Amino acid sequence: MGIIKASKLVFEYIRRDEEGNVDSIQTAVDHVDLDVNEGDFIVILGHNGSGKSTLAKQLNALLIPSEGTLWVEGKDTKERENVRDVRRTAGMVFQNPDNQIIASVVEEDVGFGPENLGVPTEEIWKRVEESLTSVGMLKFRRHSPNKLSGGQKQRVAIAGVMAMEPKCIVLDEPTAMLDPNGRREVLSAVHELNRKKGITVILITHYMEEAVDADYIYVMDEGKVVMEGLPKEIFSQVEELKRHRLDVPQATLLAYELKKAGLPLPDGILTRQELAEELERCYVNYTK
Amino acid sequence: MSIILNNVSYTYGEGTAYEMQALKNVTLKIDDGEFIGIIGHTGSGKSTLIQHLNGLMKAVSGEIYFNGRDISEEDFDRKELRTRVGLVFQYPEHQLFETTIFNDVCFGPINQGFDKNEAGLRAFEALRMAGVPEKLYYQPPFDLSGGQKRRVAIAGVLAMKPEVLILDEPTAGLDPKGRDEILDLIAGMHRAKGMTIILVSHSMEDVAKYVQRIIVMDDGQVFLDGAPREVFKYYEQLEKIGLKAPEVTYLMHDLKNRGMAVDWDATTVEEAKQSILKLFQ
Ligand SMILES: Nc1ncnc2c1ncn2[C@@H]1O[C@H](COP(=O)(O)OP(=O)(O)OP(=O)(O)O)[C@@H](O)[C@H]1O
Ligand SMILES: Nc1ncnc2c1ncn2[C@@H]1O[C@H](COP(=O)(O)OP(=O)(O)OP(=O)(O)O)[C@@H](O)[C@H]1O
Ligand SMILES: [Mg+2]
Ligand SMILES: [Mg+2]
Repeated sequence: MGIIKASKLVFEYIRRDEEGNVDSIQTAVDHVDLDVNEGDFIVILGHNGSGKSTLAKQLNALLIPSEGTLWVEGKDTKERENVRDVRRTAGMVFQNPDNQIIASVVEEDVGFGPENLGVPTEEIWKRVEESLTSVGMLKFRRHSPNKLSGGQKQRVAIAGVMAMEPKCIVLDEPTAMLDPNGRREVLSAVHELNRKKGITVILITHYMEEAVDADYIYVMDEGKVVMEGLPKEIFSQVEELKRHRLDVPQATLLAYELKKAGLPLPDGILTRQELAEELERCYVNYTK
Repeated sequence: MSIILNNVSYTYGEGTAYEMQALKNVTLKIDDGEFIGIIGHTGSGKSTLIQHLNGLMKAVSGEIYFNGRDISEEDFDRKELRTRVGLVFQYPEHQLFETTIFNDVCFGPINQGFDKNEAGLRAFEALRMAGVPEKLYYQPPFDLSGGQKRRVAIAGVLAMKPEVLILDEPTAGLDPKGRDEILDLIAGMHRAKGMTIILVSHSMEDVAKYVQRIIVMDDGQVFLDGAPREVFKYYEQLEKIGLKAPEVTYLMHDLKNRGMAVDWDATTVEEAKQSILKLFQ
C-alpha cells in the first residue's frame, strides 16, 4: 500500500435547518480512489468547487470520510486514535494563510510546529532559518505575520509546514497569491523537499504550468476523479480539459493552435524548450 | 477625467518596530478610459497604491488630484470619490456580509443615499452586468463558489456606477475558465462603457493579453510604465525584481536565437501564433 490510499472515498456536507432536520446534502467528494506512493509528486487539478480542498482536508484528518476508507501510512483516518499520527505524517498548507498564523512574530510562527513535535531547540532554529530562507522570507523573521502582504503571509505558512518535515506535504493552492518569482521559489523549494528528502507532495493548483513536472495528475470534476495520468497524457487532451473548466500551459496551447493551423507538431508538448526544438525541426524541414 | 499622483509616499506603522515605507515618491497620471495593469512582487505596494487612488488611504506626503482637485482638501467629498472610483478588494469574500446577494449589492447605492427603488434597480443592472445567474439573487452570499463570490463583489462595486474600476487580483484562486470569464467581463465593460480599468495581477500572461498599459511597481516605486510589448522587452530587469515576461515571449527569443526570424516582442499566444505561421507561408 502507498503512503496514501483512498478507496471509494465519499464526503458529504450536511446542512440542517433549525429543528435539526437535514436541509440539503452536498456530496463534495464522490467515490474517489487514490494510490500515492511514498516520494511521489502528485498534482490535483479541478474547477472551483470540484472537491479538491475537501479531499485535502481528509488527508490530514480535519474531515472524516462519510463513506469509503482513507489510509495514511496504513492508518485508517476514521479511527480516533490514529489522528495524531496522521497529522504528523501529512502536513498541510491551507488555501488562505490568514487561518493558519498563530504567533505574533514570524520566526515563532514557523518554530511552533516543530516545537509541538518535541524537536530540540537548536534543531528548531536551524529548521526555522532554513525554511524561511527557502521561501525568501528570512529578512522578515522578526516581523509580525499580520502586517505582511498576502503573498508574504503565504510564504510564512509554507515555511511553517516545511519546518515540521512531515513525510507528506499537502499544499492547497499555495501560490495563488504569489508573484512569478515567489511562485518559482516556493515550487522549487517543494520540489527540492521532494527530491532530496523524498517527501511526498500533493499539490492542488489552478496554474497548469505547476503540474508539468508532476509524477502523476488527478483531475476532479463535481467530486469525482474524471482524468488521471502522466502530465503528457493529461495535457495532450486540450478539449477534454476545457470541458472540465481547465486549461493547458501556454506552450502547450500555442503548440495546439499551431498544429490546428497545419504545422506538423507532436502531441504532449509541455514546455517552451520542447516547443522551440520541435519548431526548429519543422523549420529546417520546411526550408530544405 | 484623470487621476494624478504627485510624489506620493506612504509609511505603515510610522515610529513603531514594524515601520514600513510602502510607497516612495510615486508620480503617475491615469487618463480617462485607460485599461491599466499593475504588476509587482508581493509587498511591492500595489494594494497600498490603489487604496490611495480612491482616497481610502491618505498619503503621508505628496498630492493626489482627481479631475484637477486635490483630494486632501478640506471640502473635497471623499465619500463621493469612493463611489466614482470603485475598488474590488484582494479578498472580496471578506466584503460579503448581507443576508442575500441582492441586499449585498444594494448596500453601496443605499450608502450613496439612493432610495430603495433606485438602489434595487442599480443592483439588478449590476448583477446582470457581472453575469450572476438570476436564481442566485436571493441566496445568502456565503454558499457561493469562489468565482461567483468574485462576481457578486464586482457587482457590488458596479452598482455604484463608478467611472473608474480598480480590481485587486480579481482572478486569484479562480479556475482557468472562471479566470477567463472575469477578465472577459472586465474587458467588455472597458469596451462597451469606456470605463477606466485598473487591474492588479500576478499573471504576466493575463496582463499581456488584456491591458493597454502596464505599471510595474518595485519596492514602493514605479519601476517601468508602458505598453506590454515595451515593458516585457525588459524581461531581464523584470526578473531581477521578482517578475518575468509571459512564457511566449521567452519562446520567441529562443526561436530567434535558433535563427528563425520571428517577432520576438510578441507577448500573447495569438501574436506568437501569427508570427510563427508567417515563417511557414
Ligand atoms: N463547509 C461547507 N459546507 C457546505 N458545503 C461546502 C462546505 N465547504 C465546501 N462546500 C461545498 O463542497 C463542494 C466542494 O468544495 P471544495 O472547497 O472542496 O472545492 P475546491 O475544489 O477546493 O474549490 P476551489 O478551487 O474553489 O478551492 C462545493 O460545492 C462547495 O460549495
Ligand atoms: N497593515 C499593515 N501594516 C504594516 N505594514 C503593512 C501593512 N500592510 C502592508 N504592509 C507592508 O507594506 C508593504 C506593501 O504592502 P502591499 O499590501 O501594498 O503589497 P502588495 O504589492 O499588494 O503585495 P501582494 O502582491 O502580496 O498583495 C509590504 O512590505 C507589507 O509588508
Ligand atoms: Mg479549494
Ligand atoms: Mg496586494
